[in-house]
Amino acid sequence: MSIWEYANPKKFMETSALALPWLTGLSAAFLGAGLFWGYFLTPDAAKFGSTVKIIYLHVPAAMMAISAWMMMLVASLIWLIRRHHVSALAAKAAAPIGLTFTLIGLVTGAIWGQPMWGTWWAWDPRLTSFLILTLFYFGYIALWQAIEDPDTAADLTAVLCIVGSVFAFLSRYAVLFWNQGLHQGASLSLDKQQNVSDVYWLPLLACIAGFVLLFVTLVLLRTRTEIRARRMAALLARERLA
Amino acid sequence: MRALLLRDLRLAFRAGGGFGLSLAFFLMVAVIVPLGVGPAPATLALIAAGVLWVGALLAALLSLDRIFALDYEDGSLDLLATSPLPLGGVVAMKALAHWLTTGLPLVAASPVLAVLLNLPAQGYFWLLVSLAIGTPALSIIGAFGASLTVGLKRGGLLLGLLVLPLYIPTLIFGAEVVKSGAAGAAIGTPLAALAAITAGAWAGLPLAAAMAIRANLR
Repeated sequence: MSIWEYANPKKFMETSALALPWLTGLSAAFLGAGLFWGYFLTPDAAKFGSTVKIIYLHVPAAMMAISAWMMMLVASLIWLIRRHHVSALAAKAAAPIGLTFTLIGLVTGAIWGQPMWGTWWAWDPRLTSFLILTLFYFGYIALWQAIEDPDTAADLTAVLCIVGSVFAFLSRYAVLFWNQGLHQGASLSLDKQQNVSDVYWLPLLACIAGFVLLFVTLVLLRTRTEIRARRMAALLARERLA
Repeated sequence: MRALLLRDLRLAFRAGGGFGLSLAFFLMVAVIVPLGVGPAPATLALIAAGVLWVGALLAALLSLDRIFALDYEDGSLDLLATSPLPLGGVVAMKALAHWLTTGLPLVAASPVLAVLLNLPAQGYFWLLVSLAIGTPALSIIGAFGASLTVGLKRGGLLLGLLVLPLYIPTLIFGAEVVKSGAAGAAIGTPLAALAAITAGAWAGLPLAAAMAIRANLR
């Protein structure tokens, strides 16, 4: 039993069909519980009032925006090294989801920033690097759209993803150097001293778990769609030949 | 390799267009910006470094699709890919030719344009240094972008979307060198980072571009 078994599309379809209902239910449960707990059962923060509650969307979305790119990077590497089609399709499937999370992070941040910082947007290092990440997502998705041959598209986007990761990382440090920040430091860390207090932390953890599950669910769903689309294309091509 | 470099240089010189065009475009940027933001010397001095670097970026971008497109169309790229030369070396030579025909003239012309933009006197030396160190990175990153889009009919817009985000670190550090230099502040860190990006890009990207070209020719 090895993980490479799931590189077989048939095996992948069977397993993901079994897992999907569970994942859907779990992510709905975690998201529902976490958001309800966060929005209705926590007190307002002393300095921020009830605006603090946007943290339950903002932080998990931002975390998943970066994690989605990491997942695409790993999937791209697997495609380039072991040529598993499911891996390439998973990377393709994850990109629009990652982009959506990035946009959620940016928009919720702007909505929070307007009352708290008095501005929708500031050229703060974190905000700027997130905007740059958005551009990388756009480029990646556009390249997938532009190339017709699926294998060439998979190869080129995988190379772009790897090179893009390096440059996105560089940009992150370049903008840190370029401007001083307005954004607060990490609100989560393993070092307990730095954490926000438990009242906010526990529902936040539930929301993060919900976002992770949601991401996995959506990627599986979209990968299944991609595999079906690929099968359709193969069938149509065969029919045209016959 | 040298033959390839000379061939590309000769093509760039004789075919016209590419060689002077990006330089002219750079000039246009330096002329248009003061017309847009107004002639106040203080404002211009403030933005001169950034405008010159952004102009260099756009001028480089403009000529990128010429790196591989013509060779792809007439089949020379297939011959180069099957020749005994390593494809990464081919990419590096083509990027070098691109830099010699667009980047280098741009570096040479930049002090003249800096006069138009009222760059503070201390900044001239650092402008030359940062462009001389940074523009090679623009060429090789651009060659990588061009290798991704070489198989496309209308890759021009996509090329910009792909390449400009990759230019961001170079732009930030390059403009920072000029800004700090003009203000008389220390420039060690951004200059080192700029040089590191150029060196790293020339070391790694020819291989990535070679991979992309192979995928495109398949």
